[in-house]
Amino acid sequence: MIDINNSLRAIISFSVIALLFVVIGTVQSWSVALTIFNLGIISAIMALGVNIQWGYAGLFNVGTMGFAALGGVAAVLVSQPPVPEAWTAGGWRLAVSIALFIAIISMVVIVYKKTTKGLIRNISITAIIVPGYFVFRFFFDPASSAIESVNPAVTGFLGGLGLPILFSWIVGGFFAAGAAWLVGKVSLGLRSDYLAIATLGISEIIIAFIKNEDWLTRGVKNVTGLNRPVPYEIELQKNDAFIGWVEWLNESALSAISADKHTALLHQMVIEHSGIFVKLCYSGLFIAVLITILMLSVKALDSPWGRMMRAIRDNEISAGAMGKNVTGRHLQVFILGSAVVGIAGAMLVTLDGQLTPGTYHPLRYTFLIWVMVIVGGSGNNLGSVLGGFLIWLVWIEAEPVGVWAIDQLTSWMDGSNPIRLHLMETAQHMRVFIMGLVLLLVMRFHPEGLLPEVVKREEGE
Amino acid sequence: MTPDLLNALVLITNYVIVPGLAYGSQLALGALGITLIYGTLRFANFAHGETMAFGAMMAILFTWWLQSMGISIQPLPTALLALPLAIAATIAFALFTDKAVYKFYRKKRSTSAVFVIASIGVMFMMNGIVRFIIGTNDRNFADGERYIIMARDFKNMTGLDEGLGIKVSQGITVVVAVILVGALFLFLQKTRAGKAMRAFSDNEDLALLSGINPERVVLIAWVITATLATIAGTLYGLDKSFKPFTFFQLLLPLFAAAIVGGIGKPIGAIAGGFIIAFSEVTVTYAYKKFLTYIVPEGMEPNGLVQLLSTDYKFAVSFIILVVVLLVRPTGIMKGGSV
Repeated sequence: MIDINNSLRAIISFSVIALLFVVIGTVQSWSVALTIFNLGIISAIMALGVNIQWGYAGLFNVGTMGFAALGGVAAVLVSQPPVPEAWTAGGWRLAVSIALFIAIISMVVIVYKKTTKGLIRNISITAIIVPGYFVFRFFFDPASSAIESVNPAVTGFLGGLGLPILFSWIVGGFFAAGAAWLVGKVSLGLRSDYLAIATLGISEIIIAFIKNEDWLTRGVKNVTGLNRPVPYEIELQKNDAFIGWVEWLNESALSAISADKHTALLHQMVIEHSGIFVKLCYSGLFIAVLITILMLSVKALDSPWGRMMRAIRDNEISAGAMGKNVTGRHLQVFILGSAVVGIAGAMLVTLDGQLTPGTYHPLRYTFLIWVMVIVGGSGNNLGSVLGGFLIWLVWIEAEPVGVWAIDQLTSWMDGSNPIRLHLMETAQHMRVFIMGLVLLLVMRFHPEGLLPEVVKREEGE
Repeated sequence: MTPDLLNALVLITNYVIVPGLAYGSQLALGALGITLIYGTLRFANFAHGETMAFGAMMAILFTWWLQSMGISIQPLPTALLALPLAIAATIAFALFTDKAVYKFYRKKRSTSAVFVIASIGVMFMMNGIVRFIIGTNDRNFADGERYIIMARDFKNMTGLDEGLGIKVSQGITVVVAVILVGALFLFLQKTRAGKAMRAFSDNEDLALLSGINPERVVLIAWVITATLATIAGTLYGLDKSFKPFTFFQLLLPLFAAAIVGGIGKPIGAIAGGFIIAFSEVTVTYAYKKFLTYIVPEGMEPNGLVQLLSTDYKFAVSFIILVVVLLVRPTGIMKGGSV
């Protein structure tokens, strides 16, 4: 009975989402609806990543923003063409400094492992780090300034590998996984709210790093014009087959008007359709990724591994007593979830066609994702996908709806009334408020979320 | 002392010690709020930065109101006069969130993670309210005298090459922080309510058995926290400038200060605040000029001699946090264990 009930809920909820998209498509435009849909898929994947950590294992990671941004960096490093001048300018110094960096860190780790807690450990680690830092800076500073001074208006960074950007989705996952391994090694095993603070800090540092290390990411100068996995609108508009297809699609509308208006209207339609076609291509790619990750997540949760994760989540002590390696499993699930977020981050930058480090805000890339997971139903993968779409829709549409509502409410005021003008100007911020309200209401009255976690039991239990 | 050494000292005082003291006081007041909530409600309050923003916003609104009526307390900023009103508003808001949100989970004895997520919801709502009311732009509300000592006057007075400028806001910050911390400790050590709070924080069950009313302790904790947050937020806004987004970014240094000092321990929060503030300032300060004064001629450094670029100041609080968690998880003052 319970299962049927749940599937019904899922079907109804997703139908509502689909209906909402149809409404947006007809009221606003299909282009807007598709833009929201594509970003909704990315949000859903990020929510899946957070759900793997929080829903499966109860890990409180509020560093989603950082892992998403690392995925974005992967998109740049994979797809941008390399800058040979920059490599010759500072390449070897940079290689030396990175080797030094790794050497210093490994020495610290070795000393940490070989010594016991106390004064000797602290002194010897300080004795490695302090001089090591200055030696590192001695090589690193000239290298980075040499690289950054190579044609700074256009490049000023090392560039990437010049490969198709689709590879970066995988690389982004690995980047995030690598960072998660480091972070997890240091901060897992902390109490849940300490882990939250630690991951919040890590994500801020990752963003600071991306903003500052111009030699790698161009920093706040942004990297624009990344290559695309789908055709460009301009090329489609010149493509005869595409024009013919648009003509065939709109035959009835086109045949009703005179021949001289025909070309103008067709041209107009080709421009519109090329935009929508490109977005549909992205949707196709994204849906493929979403379905793959969703299926893998569902399979994993249904497997013995998934049951073990839930056992650890619900009672760490007893799971540990049963011989489960709690810390090891936590690290594993932390890496997996972060990798999924990294993939989504790379997809996001691919969709935007640019990396703009200044746009990463924790409210949007961390806490909003959390709202998606909680509202969708933590522990339920389909719920995260639902939450991803729903919350993203609300987040985007709250702005026009909010402005419209304020406009209606204050329509009795004079057009130049300062209160009205101020309210109209700040109405967009109401969506932040609405998000908090939705989160609190769901937590209070329906804490299991829209699609509750499904716990399968044997018959007769 | 030679003039060079004096110059170097003045330089460091001007760019490191004075800003560090002011920033440290602001962090200490903020971290005290986090630590008090942790001690009584036992969760890390993610909405604390926004509480500070809310309090500062209230102070700004009341300042504007007072200014429009022509009331001022020259040479001090009008904001000081607006503070009591702003504190009252923030206390009302904090008590409302407690009643509407946290009380429910307290009754249910939910885990700390649930509380933290609820505080994220509160954070969202407060963030929305602040942006809705006052917008996202910089708001400058400092009036009255700007400087206690101007750098130029200091140079004329002493004949040194380096000047020492102290802003009124920095002076007020330190004085207010000292008074508040003193009052808080008197309260915690000498009054019945304060002792009840400390007992509750140390051992909840034992405190309950002794007949301490937990709701009353929580109420007092919110009142003190909202007061400190409003004052800290307003002082920070006076010193730098008020921009809603910066208060969210203060969250990490605040948490770091509370944990480094030992979470749940008020003394620790104060020590933590100054440790974090001075680390940030000293690590991101460019020592070139300072070294030029103190090293023999001909040995002046070429670069800026800056350990980390200013954009990495979050990294500083974070690295201290990680080191403390690894080396001494309970923090300096042996607070709650990790």
